[in-house]
Amino acid sequence: MTEAVLEIEGLEANAGGKQILRGIDLVLRAGEVHALMGPNGSGKSTLAGALTGRPGVEITGGKVRYRGADLLALAPEERARRGVFLAFQYPVEIPGVSNNYFLKSALNAIRQHRGEEPLDAMEFLALLREKAAVVEMPKELLGRSLNEGFSGGEKKRNEVLQMLLLEPALAVLDETDSGLDIDALRIVAKGVNALRSAERAMLVITHYQRLLDHIVPDRVHVLSEGRIVRSGGKELALELEERGYGWLEKEPPARGATAR
Amino acid sequence: MSEASDLEKLTSREYQYGFVTDIEQEYIPKGLSEETVRLISAKKSEPEWLLEWRLKAYRRFMEWLAEGREPTWAQITYPKIDYQAMYYYAAPKAQPKLESLDQVDPELLRTYERLGIPLIEQKRLAGVAVDAVFDSVSVATTYTAELEKQGIVFGSFSEAVLKHPELVRKYLGSVVPYSDNFFAALNSAVFSDGSFAYVPKGVRCPMELSTYFRINAQETGQFERTLIVADEGAYVSYLEGCTAPRRDENQLHAAVVELVALDDAEIKYSTVQNWYPGDAEGRGGIYNFVTKRGACRGRRSKISWTQVETGSAITWKYPSCILQGDDSVGAFYSVAMTNHRQQADTGTKMIHIGKNTKSTIVSKGISAGRGQQSYRGLVRIGPKAHGARNHSQCDSLLLGDQCGAHTFPYLEVKNPTATVEHEATTSKIGEDQLFYCQQRGLSAEDAVSMIVNGFCKEVLRELPMEFAVEAQKLLGLSLEGSVG
Repeated sequence: MTEAVLEIEGLEANAGGKQILRGIDLVLRAGEVHALMGPNGSGKSTLAGALTGRPGVEITGGKVRYRGADLLALAPEERARRGVFLAFQYPVEIPGVSNNYFLKSALNAIRQHRGEEPLDAMEFLALLREKAAVVEMPKELLGRSLNEGFSGGEKKRNEVLQMLLLEPALAVLDETDSGLDIDALRIVAKGVNALRSAERAMLVITHYQRLLDHIVPDRVHVLSEGRIVRSGGKELALELEERGYGWLEKEPPARGATAR
Repeated sequence: MSEASDLEKLTSREYQYGFVTDIEQEYIPKGLSEETVRLISAKKSEPEWLLEWRLKAYRRFMEWLAEGREPTWAQITYPKIDYQAMYYYAAPKAQPKLESLDQVDPELLRTYERLGIPLIEQKRLAGVAVDAVFDSVSVATTYTAELEKQGIVFGSFSEAVLKHPELVRKYLGSVVPYSDNFFAALNSAVFSDGSFAYVPKGVRCPMELSTYFRINAQETGQFERTLIVADEGAYVSYLEGCTAPRRDENQLHAAVVELVALDDAEIKYSTVQNWYPGDAEGRGGIYNFVTKRGACRGRRSKISWTQVETGSAITWKYPSCILQGDDSVGAFYSVAMTNHRQQADTGTKMIHIGKNTKSTIVSKGISAGRGQQSYRGLVRIGPKAHGARNHSQCDSLLLGDQCGAHTFPYLEVKNPTATVEHEATTSKIGEDQLFYCQQRGLSAEDAVSMIVNGFCKEVLRELPMEFAVEAQKLLGLSLEGSVG
């Protein structure tokens, strides 16, 4: 069996003063793409927040190991530098900071952590052009302020572009498909698929099965009320599409089993 | 890992320029009297007319002081200033002859080197002429000979009074009269030094002129006076910087700056103000009460004020433009940052008198900790200012929820053909912005500094290139100790 990138054990977390995660067990191995599905409010984004150290998500129990390290003990930027990447559901705007400049600063912060030389302006631009082409990112968006005045689809493409540049070991995509038309969805999926590799694990959080037509997962998990209530192959997503989430909530989860 | 604790980590470094230079100084005894004024004037061997002018200012100030006319309209609070409890003149002993830098006390040279302003020939900044003012006197000016070749006068005010009395007399008080306001009257009575620059007709000053002000002596006020005149078709870019030692008591700095631009002349005046801001609890720091005004006397003349204000416990200043000449242009670009207990009430006045005069105001206020700041701006369009235009933009950025930002725009439009626009926004550095940057591998410190610099971009790009980078760093440093 290949090496585990991420091992979540009994993870419990509060957000907004309420318990949201009630004991998550999940293992992602190198090369795997897992889809995490579930109704609104089931805890999908809180899990993404717990893994990346989002302020406001308070860990109350459990353990998370990431490539051998205690992930929860690390500061958010430290996690990022070690290769944990979150494609945000709602990417923020930063006026006056050009997209280019932001991307270069982020890439060089991570390269520095890896003990690599920072890229100079020319090297960076060459790399940026190559990656931008994958997600069909218009050149003018690279010179504009970060996400300012971007459409919803452009913001999501920008998230995938960052992921392509930073080459994370663990990528978490938080509803990257929401609000996208079919063309944007295809482009985003193309970017994600371009990054699939034997060393990398991905957790694709989505509400809808349609993204999984483009990004075919190795495993599908269903989150409900802070627990993984069902895990299966890609056919589970199709079943959910047909039957909704209601039928799962009536059946108790398999006890003690770690979803994998 | 909350935002607050990340921002708290930024507190580690302290004010970088808080050291004291150990040097023997001579003082005029504490307190303000006619005698003080006469002594200052005598120290500088001033002509009679200047002493008379000082004395008129002194009398006006004392009247106002007796009547309790210290201004109270600004959004700042501070204990009453005892004008008799400070020194009005302090200068390093063994005054150097200004002709030669070799005679400057090595301790002073070391001080300026520590401040990043090397004065000696081998090390001095390329392309920037520096006048170094230490407490009440100018101790050195670089590149004077090079500038003289083009007829440019640049150096200490005291020296200009002696060497170019006709120029000083013609323009001194012509933009800011001694009776202009409470602090201007005080300055006019006791000003001790500052910089003077005159750029003759048609000359484009080949280098940046700059003055570096340093307060060193204890319980001493600094009252400098700067006068810059750009004759017809001349161009000059001037920059001032300032620092002071870290002390528990407050010190007063009351300066006056006058700019005069004749036909087709342009003056760019930039300030990077980094006086000691006081500690996290609000102990100590400089009270910065400054009157700065430029007169666009000539047609098509231009004056722009660019300021980065990060220091001082209290800042009270409104660099202004009087747009007298037809088609003249005024601009005010400002970044003001208040952290801990700092207070700033700052802004500008754009007085449109001539036809087709244009002004631009861009004000960026950043508040952190318990900092409080106000933008106060007046745009006045006179009855003859046909076709005058103004655009004002005032943005505030808040870090945390214990700081405050306020905007007081005043508009007086007396000509129906004028166009006046005002925009204002207030935003908060969200923890979502900070987290986003951290999730991309940037430290909280770099993230805040990136967000703040992005916010200030329009202003920073107006600074001379050599100083824009310094100003960016300064903004990052000044945020240390802010609690989200």
